[in-house]
Amino acid sequence: MLQKHSVRIDRRICVGCTNCIKCCPTEAIRVQRGRAKILEERCIDCGECLRSCPHHAMVAVTTPVGELDLFPYNIVIPCTSLYSQFKTLATSDQLNEALYGLGFDFIYEEARGAEIEAEALRILLRSGEANFPVLSCNCPVIPRLVTKLYHNLIDNLSPFVSATEISARVAKEEFSQMMQVDKKEIGCYYIAPCAARMTNIKNPMGIKHSDVDGVFSMRELYLRIKESLAQNAARRKDKGGLPDTRDGKVAFPAGAYGVGTAVVGGLSAAVGTEHYLAVDGIYNTVQCLEEIDNERLRKLLLVEASACNGGCVGGPLLFENQFVAKNRNRRFANSLPRYDLEHDEHVRKYVDSPMIRYDMPFAPQWVMTLSDDVGEAMRMMDKMEGIVRSLPGIDCGSCGSPSCRTLAEDIVRGQAVEMDCIFKLRDKLRILAQEMADLASAEKRG
Amino acid sequence: MFSRVFPVQKGMFDTAGEASSKIKKILKKVGIPPDIVRDVAIAAYETELNLVIHSLGGELTLSVNPEIIELISQDVGPGINDVNMALKEGYSTAPDDVRDMGFGAGMGLPNVQRHCHEFQIASELGRGTTIRAKYFLKNN
Repeated sequence: MLQKHSVRIDRRICVGCTNCIKCCPTEAIRVQRGRAKILEERCIDCGECLRSCPHHAMVAVTTPVGELDLFPYNIVIPCTSLYSQFKTLATSDQLNEALYGLGFDFIYEEARGAEIEAEALRILLRSGEANFPVLSCNCPVIPRLVTKLYHNLIDNLSPFVSATEISARVAKEEFSQMMQVDKKEIGCYYIAPCAARMTNIKNPMGIKHSDVDGVFSMRELYLRIKESLAQNAARRKDKGGLPDTRDGKVAFPAGAYGVGTAVVGGLSAAVGTEHYLAVDGIYNTVQCLEEIDNERLRKLLLVEASACNGGCVGGPLLFENQFVAKNRNRRFANSLPRYDLEHDEHVRKYVDSPMIRYDMPFAPQWVMTLSDDVGEAMRMMDKMEGIVRSLPGIDCGSCGSPSCRTLAEDIVRGQAVEMDCIFKLRDKLRILAQEMADLASAEKRG
Repeated sequence: MFSRVFPVQKGMFDTAGEASSKIKKILKKVGIPPDIVRDVAIAAYETELNLVIHSLGGELTLSVNPEIIELISQDVGPGINDVNMALKEGYSTAPDDVRDMGFGAGMGLPNVQRHCHEFQIASELGRGTTIRAKYFLKNN
């Protein structure tokens, strides 16, 4: 079976504890026959289960780091949070030099794509022609969460693809023109803070296919980048400590605004609006979307939500502690020029282009409803309420469902039985034991 | 036909919003169209807060059948002095401490009216208030 999502459960390691089922914001995990199982249609790729598993049985599915031999040319897109992962990194040039050292032919920083997105959003907000607040799709979890849980907000999703996708598309465009090669000959690899980006390749939303051809886990590349950085530093030292980052030049270097988007609030700052809501963490995001859905937050123009705490610097595949990363990201961004995005030639080239937009509408997904038929769904709901009342209500998770309520729901859906509840089972056993004792002690008639 | 009652206590700001949030979850699970779910959720929230702020206690009742959703807010007093005034936007009898919490802007009942297909209110001083908001599923 083709797996659509970015998290896989290693069944050899999973012990069937209930940590992951408890933390999943869409109740998409169950423990069945002693192993966790992801309900694919409900998963939004937020990565909470990756973080919660004490046994590391949740595996982020990313592209294996190997030789770059699938395409004649290879582009790398370093994520906005990459700069914050290296203690000794002083300039983008140093990082880029190290990335070239890994064998890439062209570098396009995601931060640069984020600057294009920010300017496009600024123009959109100024035009007034959008469903406000506009929900940025920079975090790949957001469009998945909205199409599954917040159908009223589908029209609020940004018309612009994520900075990752913008970067891949722009990078391929620029490189193919520069080198006069066909785009099909170019592979584009993203160094990712999270696995959710991988899902966009396997199971794209709003676009026919992704221009990102592979997603490398930052953790897996970390040591190789670090080695490359160290080698370059040693080489420079041999030359008498002179700065020599000739080899680290990129065609379109990102500025402070772009790099700043790695921290939640950074995109809003780049867009330059006061009427924004910057929210981080999946539970906070759910809470805010709920408020927006209930029309309780007004006069908002932009919502920048990140499923990870802190923003992309809090990604599950990153190495550094998010707070340290935040601090470094801020200092690194401040060392870069703050481009005037409105008059930036490269940005202007793409802000009006269909290349940075979604090309298909988002379709609502009815993953939470009990039945397609309202009448049947109501009967199921009635039955479910009855079952909920008969369950202990302590949400222990031993049955494999995250709460007593979810167990009741699973039962009416035919995916669980009441005896999955260990308390119910114990009561039943007590009754049976009593009956057996009664039978054994019954006097034989006659 | 599905029906559920949610008791709401007066002055319980800590739990205010829980009943309407449960109502929203139920409607989503049952597969009610999202725009109606939103309308019912907003009306439920406003009536729930009215019960918390103004009433001596009461309950919200949600009834759903494939044609109609009905939301009823019923309390045990004190009743509304002038119903027509209470329905005016910006008119509020909420005390200052409630306003300091961001409530009592006089938009509650007008908001309920705006977010339902049929609206009824009956109130008697000393007896209580009953608000009925109806939603027709087939017309949509």
